Amino acid sequence: MAKVKCAWFDFACCEGCQIELTNFGEPFVQLLENVEPVEFREAMSETTTGPIDVAFIEGSFTRESDRRRLEEIRSRAAVVVAYGACATSGGINALKNHTTDYAEAVYGADKDRPHLASKKALPVSAAIKVDYEIRGCPIDKAEFIRVVTQLVNGTSKVYIPSYPVCMECKRRGTLCRYDDGDHCLGPIAQAGCGAPCPADGIPCEACRGLVDNANQDAMEKVLIENGKLPEQRARDKSRMFTANFRGDA
Amino acid sequence: MTKNAKINVHHITRVEGHGNIVVNVTDGTVETCEWQVPEAPRFFEAMVRGRHYSEVARITSRICGICSVGHTLASLKASEAALGIAVSEQTDLLRRILKHAENFDSHVLHVYFLVAPDLLGVPSVFPLVPTHGDVVKRALRMKRLGHEWGSLIGGRTTHPTRAIVGGFASLPGGARNVREAEAALRELKDKLLAVVPDAVETYKTLLSLAGGIPPFTRPTEYVALVDDKEYGLYDGKIACLMPDGTQELVDVADYRSVTNEYVVDQSTAKFAKHKMASYMAGALARFNNSHAQLHPEAKKLAVGLGLTAPCFNPYMNSIAQFVEAVHSVYMSVGYIDTLLSKGLKDETPVAPTKFARGAGATEVPRGILFHEYAYDKDGLCTMGNCIIPTNQNHANIQQDFNALVPELIAADKSEKEMELNLEMLVRAYDPCISCSTHYLDVTFKR
Repeated sequence: MAKVKCAWFDFACCEGCQIELTNFGEPFVQLLENVEPVEFREAMSETTTGPIDVAFIEGSFTRESDRRRLEEIRSRAAVVVAYGACATSGGINALKNHTTDYAEAVYGADKDRPHLASKKALPVSAAIKVDYEIRGCPIDKAEFIRVVTQLVNGTSKVYIPSYPVCMECKRRGTLCRYDDGDHCLGPIAQAGCGAPCPADGIPCEACRGLVDNANQDAMEKVLIENGKLPEQRARDKSRMFTANFRGDA
Repeated sequence: MTKNAKINVHHITRVEGHGNIVVNVTDGTVETCEWQVPEAPRFFEAMVRGRHYSEVARITSRICGICSVGHTLASLKASEAALGIAVSEQTDLLRRILKHAENFDSHVLHVYFLVAPDLLGVPSVFPLVPTHGDVVKRALRMKRLGHEWGSLIGGRTTHPTRAIVGGFASLPGGARNVREAEAALRELKDKLLAVVPDAVETYKTLLSLAGGIPPFTRPTEYVALVDDKEYGLYDGKIACLMPDGTQELVDVADYRSVTNEYVVDQSTAKFAKHKMASYMAGALARFNNSHAQLHPEAKKLAVGLGLTAPCFNPYMNSIAQFVEAVHSVYMSVGYIDTLLSKGLKDETPVAPTKFARGAGATEVPRGILFHEYAYDKDGLCTMGNCIIPTNQNHANIQQDFNALVPELIAADKSEKEMELNLEMLVRAYDPCISCSTHYLDVTFKR
């Protein structure tokens, strides 16, 4: 079987998801038996202008000037996979979406210089068609391999769980954050990560997005009544990774 | 002498983030020579406003995937300064181990995957898989160790989970009790000692390639943390070392008097300057300031690789990184011994005693990093400021370009050789441009 030609591209993000790929250690060499990297700016100087079997895109769509680059990638790629929270939902970058003074807050009097222009942070799918998504901040390495395996072998659907993170906490026997005097977005957060954060003693921030038809009003009530958060904090809580999922997005 | 050259490297490869190199030489005259940073700006300082102190490090960690441990620690230290929190000795030691893990992890990645291909004359690590399989596997093995080492303490290395304001949310290894956590630390110590043979082999590889490091030198100001407890890395005061050896110490709270950031048109990242036109941050700046405190084993390797203080060759930053990586292994082994001899405790994170303003600093692999926050009476953030090492290095890279390009012209280098020299220079700084906003390119205009 011919190796699958893969290319990696990045937009507004921290590039942490591609770093996760280097954390496999020696088994990464095995991956190279099936996959041929043809472009990966952070790791290689080789580039390509030819067709790509699978394009992995990391990072958010935040500048109109990036649209053409995204369209160009789409035109060359048989399959586009958006990976990481920034690419699949806007991720942390969307935390500024509800504000209008962010440029002034960071760049002060220089805020209007044209090269500092940035609009709302959106997922890659706001600019081009995305075939598959690998969610999370950062991505889960095992899930990445599962998706690549499915793509290499030919697949019609990449499986993403439709249940909330609470299910995974129960499955691994993690003490509920609410029972530990904390708060958590687990009840409406998309699962699939294995719930590492509550297991490590911190709340789930829903970095993989929200489940379909999440009851955000009920979540707010739980944050206030069970999590003891002040009203405003409860209202703003889900902006960290899921600003673009909110009713007010 | 080179008459004409036009270099236009758009989005330089093998660096984190996006940058351009633009150089234009006509009839031997340098018309343009620019280091440009077009990375998409991300506005973190605006995003932390209104967020609770328990969330702030979790947000600013996302500034950078490679130095997310460092961003977490700088953020926690700044928040703790603002909240009047003094952490326990155990937390301090565990954070130091976590910091060393990141330093090792990132340095291995940089030296093997981003720098070594230039010295071997290949475009990336991938062509080395069939020809130098053992070296690639060794590199991946060491990278994996860095990841496991940091994850054992921090939960994971990309956006660590366990390090929180006031201490740790759970024990090392995610252990249910201190006995299990101590066992996990003992296991880590064994793994660290087991990497020594790979480190020795890495030393031999670097020794065989060191001849390819360009001999360029340009004395500059070197800014890094110095710590009376160890080689400056996790904590300390800001040291500003001048080429003549004079060193000024500045409290972290006064970091703005050192960084003096300004906006330039060629970059979406801000630039910085202190006493000279620019200064350098990173492994070489740390080495020049703290070399006397290196672990003896690391010191030996530095001597063997021709790294002696003060070193004014920015290309040697990669060698300083390797020396630091080895130092980090031995230091962490020592810290684990200390923790085990004192006995681990299952500590509750320390609570805030006030809500005010505070700054924190730590060294990330590519240099000194500052975070500063202010909090209101409800513990919500009212302002944030993050000054990233790569921003502090942008002006120094530009100054190096200004000195290096005429030298390359005088040495009659071809356009291709000039381009490689400039790219290698940028890579030596190990820039993290997502950090500084998020981008890097080389462009020669004809």
